[in-house]
Amino acid sequence: MSAPVAPLANDGQVLIIGAGQAGLAAAEALRSGGHAGPIFLLGQEATGPYHRPPLSKAWLAGAMEPEQLVMRSPEVLARKGITLATNRFVTRIDREALFVVLSDGQEMAYEGLVLATGATPRVPQLPGIRSTGVHVLRSRTDAEAIAASLRTCIENGQAVAVLGGGFIGLEVAATARKLGCAVTVYESAPRLLGRVLAPVLSDWFAELHRRHGTRLRLNADVTAIVADAAGRIEGIRFADGSVDQAALLVVGIGVRPNEQLALEAGLECGGGIVVDACSRTSDPRIVAAGDCTVRRFPDGRLQRLESIQNATEQAKSAAAALLGQERPFDAVPWFWSDQFDVKLQMAGQSFDETRHELIGDPMTHKFEIRHYHGERLISVDSINDPAGHMRARKELTGLPLR
Amino acid sequence: MAKITYIDAGGQSTSVALADGWSLMQGATTNGIEGIVGECGGSCACATCHCYVDETRLADLPAPSEIELAMLENVAAERRAGSRLACQIKASPALDGLIVYLPECQE
Repeated sequence: MSAPVAPLANDGQVLIIGAGQAGLAAAEALRSGGHAGPIFLLGQEATGPYHRPPLSKAWLAGAMEPEQLVMRSPEVLARKGITLATNRFVTRIDREALFVVLSDGQEMAYEGLVLATGATPRVPQLPGIRSTGVHVLRSRTDAEAIAASLRTCIENGQAVAVLGGGFIGLEVAATARKLGCAVTVYESAPRLLGRVLAPVLSDWFAELHRRHGTRLRLNADVTAIVADAAGRIEGIRFADGSVDQAALLVVGIGVRPNEQLALEAGLECGGGIVVDACSRTSDPRIVAAGDCTVRRFPDGRLQRLESIQNATEQAKSAAAALLGQERPFDAVPWFWSDQFDVKLQMAGQSFDETRHELIGDPMTHKFEIRHYHGERLISVDSINDPAGHMRARKELTGLPLR
Repeated sequence: MAKITYIDAGGQSTSVALADGWSLMQGATTNGIEGIVGECGGSCACATCHCYVDETRLADLPAPSEIELAMLENVAAERRAGSRLACQIKASPALDGLIVYLPECQE
């Protein structure tokens, strides 16, 4: 899985499939790294790269103009020699003849290829899930639909439902509550954020949302979405036959990496496009970055990281790899979530913790959880303590990345 | 509307007319001004939009929040009296003519 020499000439054409956070970062890193050849940023959406994090927070709350989501003006992209092509769907990669095929049949040649195809929200297989008023949140279009539906719910005093007590779901729930909606979060597990947080923090977040008037239904056994004759959502049915009313349902139960294109091209995939620390795939001319990837560690373990930092760091590594350099992503992973007036920041990873300790008093709304593997600190979750988070990132820097 | 002039560590100067409500970070990143990263998109979560505001104009700016002050404790470049996070400063007529200096590094 190594690229022995620079896989492309300095004037070679690079195609980047996906115009999100990772795609843009790769394009800019190629340019700043000295690549002189054409760079095409091929995006499926109608607009260029935009900031996704505010879609569940400030933007959804109406505190940001749509233009403020834009990451780079068209003039800036043009000045950098990055050709943005929107509404482009790549349907096939020909790795032997070095070209991709677009949905309209157009073929585009490449010397270097960056896969930054992102991920697709998972949707549960439930009767009625295709009803009008059921939304996922990934794109600007999704967010616009949810924002419009929230306004209707506020005007008509209708209930808002969120399926999934993860970060996206809880951020949307918090925003909807702030806007004055009646909100219920339905989570199939016994606690919120169960995949990522220690139980004490799950309980703390549950209390936070309840205190702000959000209803939480844990261990929720949802069996169907109930719709009216016109196909518009009316409510959510549970295993016990009861129905909760809802005029809007936001589904936030995780994502699937968009690996199909790579899989069909014969690249190694496994719950994501498999890359090494330098974002290289099993083809030296093809690199991948962001939510579409899964990283293989030297011990063979595969790990997915869905975060802004992962997208930008992997993109920088990917660009370097195409330029023939090794730039492993070895920074401390970090992540954040804003819910109501609470900022959660996470540094490191706690998946193999053997113990953790609580520092500070949760009643003060400023505390941290320190996770250990044996005696070694591996991760710190900070609540309303950005200085503590930044210190933790420094403390964890230089430790072997797991 | 406010005219903001960004001067990077190499002395390169760029002026931008920023609409009210836009942050100094957004003004820099959408206009491709290197030296401001703004990785988190303006959530005061990454401290990669550190800038030095012309100190004689500090009084024209809203005071930094507790969270911004905490993030400023750990910026990559030297922290100075005029240090602010560009994502937390919103343009308004009071900021017209402001000069913002960019540090050598953000990460």
